[in-house]
Amino acid sequence: MLSLISTMEGNVPRSWTPGMPIVSLRDVRKFYGSLEVLKGISLDVRKGEVICIIGPSGSGKSTLIRCINGLNGIQHGSIRVEGLEVNDPKLDVLALRRKVGIVFQQYNLFPHKTALENVMLAPLLVLKEPRRQVEERARELISKVKLQGKENSYPGELSGGQQQRVAIARSLAMCPDVMLFDEVTAALDPETVKEVLVTIKQLASEGMTCILVTHEMGFAREVADHVYFTDGGVIVEHGPPSELFNDAKDPRTRRFLSQVL
Amino acid sequence: MFELIAPFFHDLYDKTGLNFNIFYDRYEYDRFLSGAVISLKLMFGAILLSLVIGILGAWAQGVGSRVLRGAINAYIQAFRNTPPMIQLLFFYFGLGAFTPQVDMGGYTEPLVSAFAWAMIALGIFGGAYNVEIFRSGLEAVPRPTLEASESLCLSKWQTYRHVTLPLAFRICLPSLTSNLISLAKTTSLAYVISVPEMTYVLNQVWSDTINVPEMMLILFVFYVAVVALLGAGLHFLERKLALPGFGR
Ligand SMILES: Nc1ncnc2c1ncn2[C@@H]1O[C@H](COP(=O)(O)OP(=O)(O)O)[C@@H](O)[C@H]1O
Ligand SMILES: [Mg+2]
Repeated sequence: MLSLISTMEGNVPRSWTPGMPIVSLRDVRKFYGSLEVLKGISLDVRKGEVICIIGPSGSGKSTLIRCINGLNGIQHGSIRVEGLEVNDPKLDVLALRRKVGIVFQQYNLFPHKTALENVMLAPLLVLKEPRRQVEERARELISKVKLQGKENSYPGELSGGQQQRVAIARSLAMCPDVMLFDEVTAALDPETVKEVLVTIKQLASEGMTCILVTHEMGFAREVADHVYFTDGGVIVEHGPPSELFNDAKDPRTRRFLSQVL
Repeated sequence: MFELIAPFFHDLYDKTGLNFNIFYDRYEYDRFLSGAVISLKLMFGAILLSLVIGILGAWAQGVGSRVLRGAINAYIQAFRNTPPMIQLLFFYFGLGAFTPQVDMGGYTEPLVSAFAWAMIALGIFGGAYNVEIFRSGLEAVPRPTLEASESLCLSKWQTYRHVTLPLAFRICLPSLTSNLISLAKTTSLAYVISVPEMTYVLNQVWSDTINVPEMMLILFVFYVAVVALLGAGLHFLERKLALPGFGR
């Protein structure tokens, strides 16, 4: 594996075939100045898989997610998305981000664009598709996230849960192969959490590859194929949800779970 | 227009002694009109120049080298911390002394007229404030909104054009409005370098005909009307661009 990475030239994803993990991290280390935030993370995500990352706040979950689409750089190791090496100075970062959609805790919609315009902006500007086709798909996505009738509302006129669903539709409009979710329900009222989780669950059931950071343990147990528990920048323990939630080996995992469950 | 109002003001003068000669004396009327036009042109030119300087300066402060940023900061400090009247005098008499004269066939004229100097000086003066205003707008655009744009594969320029600028402009519009209004009023200072704008012209009229209170009143009404119009236009823009749930 390591030798493959070091001989890889530029952005050519020639070593990747659909049978291999779609996202693959090897010994990822990330520093903020002298503070080591990720201390050697390795994990694999296969196509169609849903993985959840859980762990106490400050353990590096957001950083990990942001490294996968190149928002943050890494200092050591390798992150590959469909064979594209993120830790490569010659990386075509736009090509990487075409494959990876990301949804943030604070939605981060464009406040000066309506829900529909938010969804349409990137396909129009980046994919340069014809307007009619873009609008048709955007309307489909809006109804997929159950927001029919809100097409012309501005983000400021929508509830948190509605904004978050627009953000999901906006990401999906770029037809990504992998979706990253960073605590997307953490800023929501309890009653709107569910509508967002339902949307993600539907996406997962349709075969979208998802990497989710979440505090919703019930949800993780339900949708995840694999759960990773992180603490202090390392993966302490991982396994299928039934194992990790019922039969954690490490005392740190057990302590965390006893606090949140 | 003149024919319509002239009898009334002539009558007014005969009956009450209130001398609005700019409204019944053809010569003074033309003087008044040309003063109004020059004032409006000066406001328009200075505002336009100050906006261009503001946008370029704010942009350069974001991307420029340390030397360039230092130079822009020095410019802002220099022009915000000196009286605009001194700046006008500096440009006209200081720099004007070094600009060449052009032969107009028999007589010479300075290459840069007093009007042009006033426009340049006031544009640069207003621009110093605009750089700061635009920069604060650009800086107030939330970083996570830009990251969302980046994550959607928009290029740097597309993000700037479709996300940063529209939001920054909305954020800084209220301060921009007050600066442009203040700049429009400051154009009256151009009279110190003999630009025949409204203040200068009415000053001449009242020196000739000793009708100071009447002309003062006209001067007041002129600036009130122009500034109110400009303010209304900018506030209309503010309302039109206002976003539900964004900003104030
Ligand atoms: N931009 C940054 N600069 C410096 N330190 C940061 C930055 N972002 C995050 N950190 C630090 O990195 C650690 C992990 O943060 P984060 O990835 O946000 O954790 P989590 O999402 O698990 O709560 C924290 O200690 C945090 O203070
Ligand atoms: Mg986080």
